Amino acid sequence: MNEIAVAVLFGIGAAFDLFGCIGLLRLPDVYNRLQASTKCVTFGTIFVLLGVLVSFGFSTTGIQALLCLLFILITSPTAAHALARGAHHSGVRLWKRSVIDRYREDREKGGEAPPAQE
Amino acid sequence: MEIAFTVFFSVLFLCCFLCLWRIARGPTAPDRTVAIDILGIVIVGFCALLAVTTGRGFFVTIAITWSLLSFIGTIALAKYLEGRGFDE
Repeated sequence: MNEIAVAVLFGIGAAFDLFGCIGLLRLPDVYNRLQASTKCVTFGTIFVLLGVLVSFGFSTTGIQALLCLLFILITSPTAAHALARGAHHSGVRLWKRSVIDRYREDREKGGEAPPAQE
Repeated sequence: MEIAFTVFFSVLFLCCFLCLWRIARGPTAPDRTVAIDILGIVIVGFCALLAVTTGRGFFVTIAITWSLLSFIGTIALAKYLEGRGFDE
């Protein structure tokens, strides 16, 4: 029973990791790739670490896996946000069929220099 | 059960190679940085899988360390892309 639960959790995690990496490969734009891959891969890795927690129970290793899970849950969106901001500031254009760029409008309204594009 | 774990290892290997493909082919520097970030998180999951299949707990410690270093490296690269110093 315990083994089956661990295998199911690992299966969910591996499947979401694969979906995120396919999104990283297939989507057309830095921002699209960032949002697809960050969300899916974070979700998948969280499920893999939950499988470690179920497998080892509340021993030292299980608590370490829980801490690693919480850490990834906090740091991964932070890193993705910093990366999107850095990419926008370094002047990477949006995909040509993207319809709106609110961040650029805000930066122009705030008197900041717009990114060097077009 | 061994077959299931073989499948999970193969899937995570495939994920690592997809990330490496994006690092090799990415047209701009932010593409490569995103792929490096994702590769770090996938390797954390890989270490967790190794901890369960080998039954040794220290792989989870490696996973914690790897996630820390990956986060710090990604923040440093994002600051570099933004064109600022590391202390601003």
